Amino acid sequence: MTNSVSIYDKKKRPGDMALLIVIYICAFLAVLLLVGIIGYVVYRGISVVDWQFISTAQSALNETFGILPNIINTLYIIVITLLIATPVGIGSAIYLTEYSKGGRLVRLIEFTTETLSGIPSIIFGLFGMVFFGTVLRLGFSILCGALTLTIMILPIITRTTQEALKTVPESYRTGALGIGATKWYMIRTIILPSAMPGIVTGVILSIGRIVGESAALLFTAGSAFLMPNNWLTHPMTSGGTLTIQMYLSMTKAQYDNAFGIALVLIIIVLGINLLTKLLSRKLDVSRKS
Amino acid sequence: MTEQVGKEQVKIHVEHLNLFYGSNHALKDVNMDILENKITAFIGPSGCGKSTFLKTLNRMNDLVPNVSIDGTVELDGENIFSPRVDTTLLRKKIGMVFQQPNPFPMSVYDNIAYGPRIHGIRSKVKLDEIVEKSLRSAAIFDEVKDRMKKSALGLSGGQQQRLCIARALAVEPEVLLMDEPTSALDPISTLKIEELMEGLKKDYTVAIVTHNMQQATRIADYTAFFLVGEMVEFGTTEQIFSMPGDKRTEDYITGRFG
Repeated sequence: MTNSVSIYDKKKRPGDMALLIVIYICAFLAVLLLVGIIGYVVYRGISVVDWQFISTAQSALNETFGILPNIINTLYIIVITLLIATPVGIGSAIYLTEYSKGGRLVRLIEFTTETLSGIPSIIFGLFGMVFFGTVLRLGFSILCGALTLTIMILPIITRTTQEALKTVPESYRTGALGIGATKWYMIRTIILPSAMPGIVTGVILSIGRIVGESAALLFTAGSAFLMPNNWLTHPMTSGGTLTIQMYLSMTKAQYDNAFGIALVLIIIVLGINLLTKLLSRKLDVSRKS
Repeated sequence: MTEQVGKEQVKIHVEHLNLFYGSNHALKDVNMDILENKITAFIGPSGCGKSTFLKTLNRMNDLVPNVSIDGTVELDGENIFSPRVDTTLLRKKIGMVFQQPNPFPMSVYDNIAYGPRIHGIRSKVKLDEIVEKSLRSAAIFDEVKDRMKKSALGLSGGQQQRLCIARALAVEPEVLLMDEPTSALDPISTLKIEELMEGLKKDYTVAIVTHNMQQATRIADYTAFFLVGEMVEFGTTEQIFSMPGDKRTEDYITGRFG
């Protein structure tokens, strides 16, 4: 009652205002850059991408250019890499979060996986070329590339799965064990389904890495651009992905083709992102009503 | 301590039970007989070991790192710490309801069927029957019968807790352990659960940890008072609350501390 100040004394705060404007500008710049790049790629690429571009192989005889083999090679690499990396990554994450008792070894493994995910991909390429290519005699082959990428994305899948597992409430575990579930039964029926959105996100992030990778593939999967003549043995042959073909086009100053490939890549990545959102919403057990 | 047992059947017999978390002596030489088809309440201030004791009875403490236990706990004369014990079977016989309702992120039906499925029941007809029976026993069937396929997470807190009781009952346990099952609930839900427990003791032996002394007097046949890891006094609820034998029990129930 004493010394009362009215609450109507609203002040302008110029400092806050200025900061707000700066933040708006930053946000605008970030969006502008992204939209600018995508817009430019679409603008340059759209005239190149036609049915022949995505449905044929390049031919020196007909003097035509097409990226179908590269699309196929990319798909091969994605599928083979994920087939190996997903079970191994999820398995190791389950071990680390659910079974291991913590301690030094786990911290070491976690530290290693974190470090691995920060290593420049060309180093994986070098290792892959020497180990898978030379020591295991896989040479330049899609399989060699896929194995190299497996090592590269394993940390991503392991880490994201681990994080997803850690967010599953402890009460689900005690609840399940409390009515007599064995540990594995509990993991299979409660923990993994609850963690599924996070795991899927990790897998899709990995697909993004695979689609965008070039340095690790150049000297492992190689750069061939022939249509597969045998679908089964194709992984044993050399095959360049879209990014590799883009690199080759750029080295030959065929920028139109490069922009065409870039457009296809952007569309693929966009599609994958949409798929992620859709899948993780669909798999989110806690939101199902 | 055992003189009031009389002709009643001992369901769980606890002898010289000591429990350590690392170097912390959390339960000190606890001796107790929990009687069949009775409700036994564990009361005491926070940190007195009553929840720890409850969790020891179905070996949920096994999950805590650095825990060490010695002494005997016998269920129908069988030592639950024996290396031959299958904890899955033990926890089928001794079910548990937790302080926070913890339905699984699945449908009402699947929540209840979870336990029976662990124990190998696959038949749809049999599962339907168990689900309905358990939900009825937990007095929640009418509230959920039209939403069996919907997520259990959409239920209210009180409904979730009764669902968890139904889930525990679905494996047909013999003993039901309840760790402050109503402390997260509103008064109406609390009353519903208390009423429910009164009916449960016909078929089950119930042990309940409670913070609420009125609750103990309302529902429990026997009461044990715990203080800093020690079981100070154990007897019929009437006896504990009307003529406690120990000064510390008297101080606690008359509200002088805790």
